[in-house]
Amino acid sequence: MKRILVVATVFTFVLLLNSFTEENPYFIITKKDVELKIPKGFEQPAYNFKTNPLSPEVFVLGRKLFYDPILSKDQTISCSSCHQRIAAFAHIDHPLSHGIAGLIGKRNVAALQNLIWKDSYMADGGVNNLEVQPINPITNAIEMNESLPSVIKKLQANKEYVAAFQSAFSDTVVNSERLLKALAQFTGLMISSNSRYDKYINHDEKFNESETNGLNLFRAHCENCHKEPLFTDNSYRNIGLKPDTALNDSGRAIITGLQSDYMKFKVPGLRNVEMTYPYMHDGRFKNLKQVLDHYANGNFFTSNYDHSIDRNKGLTETEKADIIAFLKTLTDKEFLYDRRFADPNFR
Amino acid sequence: MNRLINTLALSLYIAALVAAMSFSKPVAKCKLSIQFKNYVGNELLKLDSGAYKNEAGQLYTVSKFKYYIGHIQLKKADGTEYVSKEYFLLNEDEESTKQLTLSDVPPGDYKEISFLLGVDSLSNCSGAQSGALDPVNGMFWAWNTGYIFLKMEGSSPVSTSPGHFLEFHIGGYKEPNNCIRKISLPLKAGIKIAEEKPNALIIKTDIAEVFRSPVTVDFSKYSSVTDFHNAGMIADNYSDMFSILSVAP
Repeated sequence: MKRILVVATVFTFVLLLNSFTEENPYFIITKKDVELKIPKGFEQPAYNFKTNPLSPEVFVLGRKLFYDPILSKDQTISCSSCHQRIAAFAHIDHPLSHGIAGLIGKRNVAALQNLIWKDSYMADGGVNNLEVQPINPITNAIEMNESLPSVIKKLQANKEYVAAFQSAFSDTVVNSERLLKALAQFTGLMISSNSRYDKYINHDEKFNESETNGLNLFRAHCENCHKEPLFTDNSYRNIGLKPDTALNDSGRAIITGLQSDYMKFKVPGLRNVEMTYPYMHDGRFKNLKQVLDHYANGNFFTSNYDHSIDRNKGLTETEKADIIAFLKTLTDKEFLYDRRFADPNFR
Repeated sequence: MNRLINTLALSLYIAALVAAMSFSKPVAKCKLSIQFKNYVGNELLKLDSGAYKNEAGQLYTVSKFKYYIGHIQLKKADGTEYVSKEYFLLNEDEESTKQLTLSDVPPGDYKEISFLLGVDSLSNCSGAQSGALDPVNGMFWAWNTGYIFLKMEGSSPVSTSPGHFLEFHIGGYKEPNNCIRKISLPLKAGIKIAEEKPNALIIKTDIAEVFRSPVTVDFSKYSSVTDFHNAGMIADNYSDMFSILSVAP
């Protein structure tokens, strides 16, 4: 009996020791993990990693940065504070972004997926390259409220980061270019293309009647802007939402200065839309039913709204339910549970 | 027989190529230093302490003055050109930044120098960069991506901004608010660039021109230009703020 106990103790000890010294395979990133595979039916991406060659080490550095509040002024907010993996990196049930010291932002957090097929970023399209997008949340006073030089200083003083930069870039230089390129590798590989819809398109899965109806209705009513397979045509449109006088967000017009762009926002891709509630640039609709009600009611505000949405007036309750059933087939569990994008601090 | 001739021809060709490569003298690369001196009218700029008057007779001071110079080109009389792709960020507060060095200029007689004030559109869209174009330099707009080409800050008693502040952050590469300006300065007597001597050029940058001609900037009306609104007006003004001060020796 005593012998068994000793053996068991030793065995447990060895196991424990192993778990400390060896990395959990769940978090190991291999060369294969960072291969860029263009999903069937997708175009060539706008951002192609040509000047940012994909490597496991750079990706791992990007992952570390994404989950680290070191990027914020008081070490409280990380990218992942608002971009939750389970919500396709949107912020579940938060209409507006939450920032430093409990401050509330002006827009709904966007999902992070299929970013490399976009030619601009942010709801107003003000950012022209994936790599420079993170400068916005980092330096925005109500998000991370930090300055780039200060972030660089903090990283340079951190042994773990100096080592991570060295393994990623073969020397110990820590600069904003490397920081931003690492983040671009991590976020750029967030590709969702394995939903039930994709499997249906590839004839690997069947839709029920409601879902099939929903797809047909979607193609007749929504496809004009939410173009398959990315479910966006990357344009800016005003969908007749009532202007919010408190937020006073004029959308694309902020960037172009054109009155005709008033309250136009980038058409969002709808993949994983089931998980990215609430909806709209300001999160005003808490569920998909409310979104469809907006289109069906046909009560559109502002003179420059996009009249192509008029076709949706009078959608019936059954039709709305079918469209929602179809939209739920865009949920991509393989992406939502992809271990490559998991928080490495939980290992 | 044919094969033999072919082989012979090929080996002759390779021999000629090798000979050409080993005998051709590499083109000499010369150093040219270009110094920018910041003035207000005829006075050298003094940050904070200098007091100046604009065309409207309004007093002002300057606390910060930074700008991008890039794509420097030198043109010979026969039209041949030397082009550098480099960018320089000049900061009045850091003496060394106002002294640029080009190290690969072919020798010759040059009749004109030209450069961009600003950053070309491609470099505005190229994502994360280092060196002069690193966003840590504070010359970058994140919310509407693009570089700030020229930054002047100071104060004027007539300014209606808090603290009578003046701030002119001018940039933008997209039409119709494109603020990139190509500056061409003829070198009347030319500059002879050669390997054995120091080649130097001094350029005057006159801040007073940022606020006059074609438009006289009234600081009580325009004390803060920090996005595309009115930026083009300032850019048209600054396109004539450079002149050749001296060519040495």
